[in-house]
Amino acid sequence: MSKRKDRYQSRTEILQGTLDMLILQTLQWAPRHGYALSKAIRTNSGEILKVDTGSLYPALHRLERKGWIASEWKTSELGPRLRIYRLTQAGRRQLMSERSRWERLTAAIAGILNPGEKENVP
Amino acid sequence: MKRSFWRRERRNEDLQEEIRAHLHLAEREAMESGMTKKEARHAARREFGNVTVAEAVTRDMWGSRWLFDFLQDVRYALRSFGQRPGFVAVALLTLALGIGATTLMFSLVNGVLLKPLPYPEPKRLVAVNGHTDGWNTKIYGEQKLSYPDFLECQRESRSLDMAALVYNSGTLSAPGLPQYVDYFEISPELFTVARVPVALGRAFLPDEDRIGATPVAILGYSFWQKRFDGRTDVRGSTVTLEQNQYTIVGVAPAGFRLYGDEPEVYTPLGQDPAGYLRNRAAQPVHVIGRLRSGATLAQAQAEVALTGNHLAQAFADTNKGRSLQVKLLRADVGDTGSTLWLLLGAVGLVLLIACANVASLMLARAVSRERELAMRVALGASRGRLVRQCLTESALLGLAGGLLGVMLARVGLSPFLTFWPGDLPRIDEVQVDWRVLLFAVGVSVLSGLLFGLAPAWRAPVRELERILRAAARTMAGSSRQLHSAFVVSEIALAIVLLIAAGMLGRTLLHAASLDPGLDIRNLLVMRVGLSPATLADPARIPAGWQEVIDRARRVPGVEAVTAVDIVPMRPGNNQIGYWASADMPQKEKLPMVLASSATPDYLKVMGIPLLEGRFIDDHDRLGSELVIVVDDVLAKSAFGGRDAVGSSLWIPDMPCVQATNTFVDCSAPYKIIGVVGHVRYWGLAGDDQAQVRAQLYYPLAQVAPPFLRRWSQLMSIAVRTSVPPLAVVEPLRQELRGAASDQVLYQVRTMEQLAHNSLALQRFLLLLFGIFAAMALVLACIGIYGVLAYLTGQRVPEIGLRMALGASPAEVMWLVLRQSLGIILLGIGIGTAVALATGHVMERLVEGMQPISLSTFILTIPFLVIAAMLASLLPARRASRVDPMNALRQE
Repeated sequence: MSKRKDRYQSRTEILQGTLDMLILQTLQWAPRHGYALSKAIRTNSGEILKVDTGSLYPALHRLERKGWIASEWKTSELGPRLRIYRLTQAGRRQLMSERSRWERLTAAIAGILNPGEKENVP
Repeated sequence: MKRSFWRRERRNEDLQEEIRAHLHLAEREAMESGMTKKEARHAARREFGNVTVAEAVTRDMWGSRWLFDFLQDVRYALRSFGQRPGFVAVALLTLALGIGATTLMFSLVNGVLLKPLPYPEPKRLVAVNGHTDGWNTKIYGEQKLSYPDFLECQRESRSLDMAALVYNSGTLSAPGLPQYVDYFEISPELFTVARVPVALGRAFLPDEDRIGATPVAILGYSFWQKRFDGRTDVRGSTVTLEQNQYTIVGVAPAGFRLYGDEPEVYTPLGQDPAGYLRNRAAQPVHVIGRLRSGATLAQAQAEVALTGNHLAQAFADTNKGRSLQVKLLRADVGDTGSTLWLLLGAVGLVLLIACANVASLMLARAVSRERELAMRVALGASRGRLVRQCLTESALLGLAGGLLGVMLARVGLSPFLTFWPGDLPRIDEVQVDWRVLLFAVGVSVLSGLLFGLAPAWRAPVRELERILRAAARTMAGSSRQLHSAFVVSEIALAIVLLIAAGMLGRTLLHAASLDPGLDIRNLLVMRVGLSPATLADPARIPAGWQEVIDRARRVPGVEAVTAVDIVPMRPGNNQIGYWASADMPQKEKLPMVLASSATPDYLKVMGIPLLEGRFIDDHDRLGSELVIVVDDVLAKSAFGGRDAVGSSLWIPDMPCVQATNTFVDCSAPYKIIGVVGHVRYWGLAGDDQAQVRAQLYYPLAQVAPPFLRRWSQLMSIAVRTSVPPLAVVEPLRQELRGAASDQVLYQVRTMEQLAHNSLALQRFLLLLFGIFAAMALVLACIGIYGVLAYLTGQRVPEIGLRMALGASPAEVMWLVLRQSLGIILLGIGIGTAVALATGHVMERLVEGMQPISLSTFILTIPFLVIAAMLASLLPARRASRVDPMNALRQE
């Protein structure tokens, strides 16, 4: 029973962690609101990654609750009030650790996918 | 709570605004890339996905969503109840009856068995008892202490504050008419140990607890209310009890009772000079104690046990082999427990049936709502959400039913208590209190879950598309089975109750047909309190009794009179061990016999047949040969029924004596002079299974003078009349008043009343089980009707088709009836198996219970089958009248 639960959790963790990392990474350069954030992720990934907004807002609220990002309301000249998210100090640290974990993971996966090319990697 | 609610509202608005902004920006950008406004809006929406889901999932992040869902569910449930008032009314009524009956019965169990004693810190109150190997607590109750042993314990104890209490009874001759009363002789600490303050005045002082101190008394609260109208100026006035004048110093706390009924008067135990209070061999003292602060029960037990050992060594002739024990003090409720648990179990079954009924109603509803629920799943509701929704509905129903039930229980409690046969112990503690309410809430929620689970489980997830596509009339096979399962269990439960009622009925019939062993008509028994002046002088007691008998005989309508100490079918008995040879085993291993002293007219008065030899006559007196008369049960068990007359019994505990008035070696044998018929002493129903059935009689005239006072307190007279017995009560009262007009008659009963009362419990149980069984039957029939009506309703198109193809109405009826018969028979099969098991439980719990017999089944089962078939007749007829054309058009 518990075993199954662990497996399930680790799977969602990777997915969630990935989105979390992308959000944190994107916010590293400048504070953004939700729409800009989703657009930035899409553009920076060369239109490959499309963020499902159904997961974006829950993720933003979750990250805020964990204290990795903070938000404030700003009034734009043209339209409605906007909620702007920015990275916190804790978020920066979290990003570092997630990045290194991600790099280890991708290296490991690459190693499995291309066993012969290992020596060729500079 | 409120603040978090507001904060949540704010956050909710913020979230919506955030999402609106998102859409707005996306829209603007799309327009900039050349779309029309309308196109842009669509594109933005499409891009975003399901707004509601996004909002909902985000809200989930905030936690406490369950509360909102819950409130939403409640609103939804109330709305859907409003649409079906009929269903709600039936469900509520069913539940209210089930929960009400269960709650009522639990308030009895709670008040009598579960509630702690009504004194502060009841868990620190203990009883100190004696214990000897072989002592039969079932027959004699807990062993008490001798007064000297109590004093020793009290002095030695470091962990307990102790108090003593001795039950006594006597004539209270002034003020007012003489009255025979119960009084407690108590040590001064009693009220302090119980930690209840006296209602008026003061408790006894330590200085008053010695022989020769000023006689003082405390009145029992009820007695004070009755006899002194609750006057506060009673302090200082006097009562005359057993010829002693006592000054009243106080009134006991209201409702204060430790053993048996509330006594009328309390007197200081230490003032009583009676010999038996100085004798370590006599153990009349109830001892209660309270753990001192810091002391534990284990300490008190060790300490008292040590004192017991010490006493056993120091006073080996009286205390050898006796140890002392400390137990938590419990209310003395006799054997009421088994009856109460039995009834609670029975109402529990009724409640289960009610739950099954409501469950099948809910299920029928759930199936007809299947499309609605499927639609909600399609719109994104999760399965858990729907299950929760269903459970919310049933929990609400359960709680509402519970509320009604508690109201029913409150209203019904006091009428029910007046129906209780005999005295229910601790009756004034039976109330609907917080424990009962807690129980009712628990039962309501539990039944809500019980009947809500099945429909909730069916909340649709699979085959969504099929359900949505299909018309409402189709029905999954699993649901039909579930419906049938409910009806099967209802019938099974009803069978259990019906058979229990049948067993009780048979028991009563059987008991009523039994010969009580005596002639109960025109027979009056009553206790007599001899004049205290007579009792004070043992030499005068025999004459006192003779005078009572002679005077009673002179009353017109009286044919014969006898004195007797134990009366058949009335509480109170005297059991002693006997052996048929001088070579006796240990005292504890002796067979027991009910022993009663009697006067020569006993057989004539009671109408007991003499089988052999002779009965006691006037020649059997002190100094002549010690004689006894035995009943045929004893003659058979001791002598195989042959040559009992002329044989002897050795009876170590008889009040034996010689003419010289000194005790003799009690190993002297008693000669059997006659054999008489057995009397059903333990009541019509109970006697056959009683542990001690054998009986013997000895002459009152041979009771040793030192015992006479004690004997006289227990003596009754029995009077055979030629007129209706109650007509001679007043004349007897006048005639027997005595010279000082201080002799009183009390506990006056006709033998017919006693015989009737001996079956009161069984009759009461039969009444209740009859009611429960009837309720169960009605509920089961409603269930069968509802389910069949529903199932047939679902089958209307099918039936229409059959009829179109040529089936006759009779065939269609049979189709439906066959279905119900199958369900009924399965229910009966299961019910019978369960009833066989519970029958054994009943036999153990109810005195004189006749075992289950084939006739019980033969009488009860057709009853149920007929009722159930009648219930299914209506849907069957309706089915047979289906118009094929209409039915087919429904397709």
